[in-house]
Amino acid sequence: MTPATSAHPARSSALRRGLQGIPLRALILFLCFLWTLPTAGLLISSFRQRSAITSSGWWTVFAHPFEFTQWTLDNYQLVLTSDGMGRAFLNSLLVSIPATVIPITIAAFAAYALAWMQFPGRRWIFAGIVALMVVPLQMSLIPMLRIYTQMGLNGTFLGIWLAHTGFGLPLAIYLLHSSIAGLPKEIIESAAVDGAGHFSTFSRLVVPLSLPAIASFAIFQFLWTWNDLLVALVFLGTRPDVAVVTARLSELVGSRGQDWHILTAGAFITMVIPLLVFFSLQRYFVRGLLAGSVKG
Amino acid sequence: MQGASTAEESSLLDSQPARILRPILGLTAIFAAFGWSTGFMRDPNAPAWQLLLVALAIGVLGVWTLFFLANDLVSRFPRLWAERIRPYIFVGPGLLLLFAYLVFPTVQTLYLSFLDARSQRWVGWQNYQFAFTDRTMLIAFRNNLLWLVLVTGISVSLGLLIAVLVDRVRWEPLAKSLIFLPMAISFVGASVIWRFMYAFQPPGRPQIGLLNAIWTGLGGNPIGWLQTQPLNTFALIVIMIWLQTGFCMVILSAAVKSVPSELLEAARIDGANEIEIFFQVIIPYVSKTVMTVATTVVILVLKVFDIVYVMTSGQFGTEVIANRMYSEMFRFRHFGRGSALAVILLIAVLPVMIGNIRSWRRAQ
Repeated sequence: MTPATSAHPARSSALRRGLQGIPLRALILFLCFLWTLPTAGLLISSFRQRSAITSSGWWTVFAHPFEFTQWTLDNYQLVLTSDGMGRAFLNSLLVSIPATVIPITIAAFAAYALAWMQFPGRRWIFAGIVALMVVPLQMSLIPMLRIYTQMGLNGTFLGIWLAHTGFGLPLAIYLLHSSIAGLPKEIIESAAVDGAGHFSTFSRLVVPLSLPAIASFAIFQFLWTWNDLLVALVFLGTRPDVAVVTARLSELVGSRGQDWHILTAGAFITMVIPLLVFFSLQRYFVRGLLAGSVKG
Repeated sequence: MQGASTAEESSLLDSQPARILRPILGLTAIFAAFGWSTGFMRDPNAPAWQLLLVALAIGVLGVWTLFFLANDLVSRFPRLWAERIRPYIFVGPGLLLLFAYLVFPTVQTLYLSFLDARSQRWVGWQNYQFAFTDRTMLIAFRNNLLWLVLVTGISVSLGLLIAVLVDRVRWEPLAKSLIFLPMAISFVGASVIWRFMYAFQPPGRPQIGLLNAIWTGLGGNPIGWLQTQPLNTFALIVIMIWLQTGFCMVILSAAVKSVPSELLEAARIDGANEIEIFFQVIIPYVSKTVMTVATTVVILVLKVFDIVYVMTSGQFGTEVIANRMYSEMFRFRHFGRGSALAVILLIAVLPVMIGNIRSWRRAQ
């Protein structure tokens, strides 16, 4: 053992140095390059003239990047006005913001009750929520579509808010419950001693204290509802006055599949908000993912 | 109880009936507002900013007010009653929605899967028989299996590898952000990005898709990546790997960082090289997280619909179960078969569900 250890550290530290050195950096740099390339290509193309996109590859711009005549904003103007992306963008906001806030509110109340109130059956309720976390939302589509048709909720924003709420609730309750149940018992009890009812304990104490968990789930739910296509196609449809950006973009792929100037600009419009959210709130998003990695 | 403390205030507004009436009126008003807003938001002539304001008022404030008023109403009841009812005011709306959107439809879909296209006649196992014998369905099953194995295998191992490697450079946060970034992009957006990567022009014309440009640059003939079987299925799988590797990396990175440094040092002193450390120390330590991440990816892949829908809509042998379910629903209007496919998806995730409940029970 002793002679071997004297020989081995040299070998392993040489390997370690090798891994920390230039080959390692080159490898990581290469992976980052590979991962960024597809998006970069699309972004560059979206600012090129229509004729340029179809006659040469986007990488040719690097031959003379400062020749400003090759850049244009026309594609964005076109897709926002005549291809309905502008309205779709608004629709996506109309869907995503309430579809983020409603489930969080409902889930926070439920999580608080499950964590800090005594009532019969709460363990069973929680077991049910854990089970529902993995139920594919495909199971709900056909029955809900029929009920929506009967109730006239098809193609309404209220209908899709409720649908996103229903599908997002299990994970939301689960995540918020683990954070709310983890609050110190003394805080909750001293509030009760001071005469605070459950409602004010919840709104003045529990919500502010679990803001980090609420924020990370909010990002999660917002990205999911903004990026969703299936629920939007089924419950909202593709009529221009209700279509969201993902539905509109997938329609453009079908109808204008070769018009790259439209598609590239359109795709970027759908990505603006998620990328902003991602870059500004990445820390919280990662925290939410780490807490929620048990779910599917 | 409450009445006793306020009995001296003689204002009519504070009298006991009024205090019960107020929340009731409030609740009625809220529901009326919900009803009105549904109509308003369907009005095609309504200005956009008004729509947004109404949506926010209803969607954001409305729900809070609902809880507030319901709680207020319960507080007017005798104390014992109030304490009994209040938990259900708090969990009730959540439970109601869970039941309406997940529990009840699941039961209903199970039932519908034994009925015919228009859900009128009992057909027994016929829809399931179709699902397991139809030629495109068999292709869909084969493809789903390919997706499961390749996406899960590659994105988890690549994610783990990157997590370990990136731990050693100073610009780790930037590198991680770049690889994690596709997580923020929708499947539809990603599909457009990759359609552009796979773009195909006939031989002789300049290639505008990067892959064909490289391929023809090397002397090959341009390839229709999305039309050529079985290449196209792999082309779609690449998109999902591109999207999911960052997710795997982020979670596994947290696990890798939690490996105690004493453990690593001890292994190094014992003469293990970095590769041995990776396989004999790091992997065993993070194996539970690897399983969790793999499970998450498996569930996601089973339900994948958007990529196939946008790229090929299941043509040229690229069908998957979830996309076929959508086609059965909307293209063929066959609700029986659509339901059967949904049930098959549910059965596929049942083991995960059982595992989830077990690990939750253990944690209690």
